[in-house]
Amino acid sequence: MRYAETGYNLEVDLATGNIERVQTDPKLAETLLGGLGTCLKIMWDRTTPDTHAFDPENPLIISSGLMAGTPAFSSNRTLICTLSPKTNLLAYPMGGGFFAPELKYAGYDKIIFTNKSPKWVYLWVHNDKVEIRDAEHLLGTGAIEVQDLIREELNEPNAQVAAIGTAGELKSYIATVEMGRGSASRMGAASVWGDKKIKAVAVRGTKDVNLADGPAFLEALKDMRAFVDERNHNRLSSKNIMDIHTGVGSPQAMEIVDESWHTGGFSWGNARYRKKDFWNDELEEAWTKIQYGAIQRFISCYACPQQCGALIWHEEDPPYMAKCYSKLSYLFGSETEDQNFSWKILSKSFRYGVDSFSTPQVLAMAVEMRRDGVLKEEDFAATDEYPACPPPEEKQEVFLWILDRIGKGQGIGKILALGTKAAAEKIGVNPEHYAHNITKGEEQMNVKLGMLDPMYFLMFATNEKQSVPQIEGNWTQDAFRDPKDREEFVKDWIHLPHERFIKYFLDWEPKSREGGPFMNPEYPTPEIASDIVDWMEEIHNYDDSLGICCGMGGFCLKPAYHVHNYYKFVSTAAGIDVDQYGLRKIIHRSRNLHRAFQMRRGMTRADDAPPADHWRHRFPELEEKLLTTYYNFKGWNDDGVPTRIRLEELDLGYVADELEDLGILKKVETTDEDKETWESRRKEQWGY
Amino acid sequence: MAKIKKTIRRINIKADLCNGCRLCEIMCSAAHSTPKYGTINPARARIQIIRDPLKDIWLPVFAGEYTPAECSGRLNYEIDNKSYGECAFCRAVCPSRGRFVEPDSGLPLGCDMCQSDPELETPACVEWCMRDVLTYEEREVEVEEEDLKLDEMKIGLEALANRYGMDEIKDAVARMSQKA
Repeated sequence: MRYAETGYNLEVDLATGNIERVQTDPKLAETLLGGLGTCLKIMWDRTTPDTHAFDPENPLIISSGLMAGTPAFSSNRTLICTLSPKTNLLAYPMGGGFFAPELKYAGYDKIIFTNKSPKWVYLWVHNDKVEIRDAEHLLGTGAIEVQDLIREELNEPNAQVAAIGTAGELKSYIATVEMGRGSASRMGAASVWGDKKIKAVAVRGTKDVNLADGPAFLEALKDMRAFVDERNHNRLSSKNIMDIHTGVGSPQAMEIVDESWHTGGFSWGNARYRKKDFWNDELEEAWTKIQYGAIQRFISCYACPQQCGALIWHEEDPPYMAKCYSKLSYLFGSETEDQNFSWKILSKSFRYGVDSFSTPQVLAMAVEMRRDGVLKEEDFAATDEYPACPPPEEKQEVFLWILDRIGKGQGIGKILALGTKAAAEKIGVNPEHYAHNITKGEEQMNVKLGMLDPMYFLMFATNEKQSVPQIEGNWTQDAFRDPKDREEFVKDWIHLPHERFIKYFLDWEPKSREGGPFMNPEYPTPEIASDIVDWMEEIHNYDDSLGICCGMGGFCLKPAYHVHNYYKFVSTAAGIDVDQYGLRKIIHRSRNLHRAFQMRRGMTRADDAPPADHWRHRFPELEEKLLTTYYNFKGWNDDGVPTRIRLEELDLGYVADELEDLGILKKVETTDEDKETWESRRKEQWGY
Repeated sequence: MAKIKKTIRRINIKADLCNGCRLCEIMCSAAHSTPKYGTINPARARIQIIRDPLKDIWLPVFAGEYTPAECSGRLNYEIDNKSYGECAFCRAVCPSRGRFVEPDSGLPLGCDMCQSDPELETPACVEWCMRDVLTYEEREVEVEEEDLKLDEMKIGLEALANRYGMDEIKDAVARMSQKA
């Protein structure tokens, strides 16, 4: 019997229509857990450095995490894993909601599509009955309404549906996969759905998911519940951190109205300038009315005690479910302050199925290009298909008009649908000026600051998801000014992986005119920054393989899940006999396989760089030192490639062989002494 | 007629507070699995959330009595400008829909308030509902002895009589008595 996982994948060949239910090796879960970990192994085995996102050989994997379908809180993430057409690296966006658990109940851990369908289809998975169904009649439908259309067509109100909108059909690089309450959004993964002509996947399952030791699992869950209950009644003090980060769960942007921090700290337009004095009482009053007027109900994802999402019924706009930062991103981009506009444009953007992170920046870039004359007025003129774009001063209407062109694949929208970098290149301008807010080709948070922050430098530079919220979260964004507050904060910081982290926090000072050795950019030092960032990334890696919302783990201060309790859920649910150090080794294995995969695809040290204008004050020498120190901390060479010693220690000798054969990893003679040196460092750093 | 005390067990449902997490379904299926907490399968849950998210419908419904036949009519509720489909509030395990039946065998499921050994303090769904949608209460009432429902054996016999006829049951009992 298999525990937590079903032990089966569904292999779908879209060219021949052949569908196989394939049993997986139990060793895979023991060595790589599930979710991202096991997806990486499939991607490593089935792609070459030359495979492109739109090649038939590129697998498209829809994956649950190892914990999906169990009662583990917030274990509901659906991971879409494929090659990104946008970054040419691994795309693995994750969406919340209900899809992944339903897939488990249908009896599958993953659906793996290969090749391309000659016509538009959707997949219907109902336990052992799986069929590829015609979807030609669904073309042009929105990503939200098509879910209901399919449920009606199947007469299965309880089916969970993941679908693309028209942006995905048109292979837009900013397209998303929408699944009821969640969106898998980043790195253009949805364009691969369009390329393979998959409009949607519907699933209904009524089978069991087994727990290896149910009573012990329940005890671990009760402990977590007590923690969440306590935290819900006693949030962290907001003296030094923002309101939206004081609870557990995703940032509570639906519940909390006060956005003084985001609106004053983040950049507006095409991530160009800040409005430090934007927030005021009058605005808070207006936004409270609008926000609570639009929210019909706060909603959860599957198996989650929190309610970070909201059902939005706003004016005449078709309803949808919103979450988190999307509330603000279009406001920033369009430079407007009317929150009504957020709710209106989101209703449209979720239907087209476009990413709320990247799209506002694409739209803002188009506005800039129009202003600068890079895009001509004829690009905004009326045609037989659509009306003329409103004048520039009608900012909201302009945004809606450009979004329509992207969503419908018309005129200039065809180019803008490729994201800022590829669009700027196609338009023939210097992408570094207009597409300035990117890492490895992916739009970043619209944040532009003054002084280099060593930890954020490493996070922006090296995060494989090219999204800073997917690596940050467990460490505060800023130092606390009052040492007493620091002392108080560390008192119950049970989440830290090692006592030495307490000292890091107590020593850390906020930036001041006087300067000093314990402030940015000197502090955290490269060694300490590496230690902290590596730990933060580790938490996200657990989430990504277990299928847990990072709002309960990686992207949360003092979260519900942490290094001292993940293993309890893994061991009792999946029956994998590990303690926290055993689990750490597993997650390091998948992290290093991930890194090797990216390097095999041609990524280099030079690609590990934040947007050039992210900070005004940069320190090239220090940045190089930070990168090298971080690489070496992780067991990578100065090029950022995992060393043979590191890979072999993680049973990835075959990966080292291939990297050496490709000339990516330099062949170096390693002695027993080298191994011993590494092993003692590893023990000191990570405890195993 | 003597008065006797009887415990009424009740689960209150505040549907407006439901946020659709379905922990109640998950934990119900876990508590009723063999071994206890060994398997999870919301399709086996005795509480299910009738849901139509975009229409703001999240409605926890508990499995009630098995009925061998569909009812003759349908109800449609309009509450707070929301339209609840026919059967939405119905608890019956009924052939007109697939709800509240064991996925493998098709046998009916019924909410037993988690009566188990050892006894749970509250039903599992209530214990794990973290938004106070479900609350549990017990209260004692005095009833006439006659008002008491048939005990379990009588209910079982009645079901058998409905299915095979009273004469068949009598014959079977007579044959079994002779063997004993």
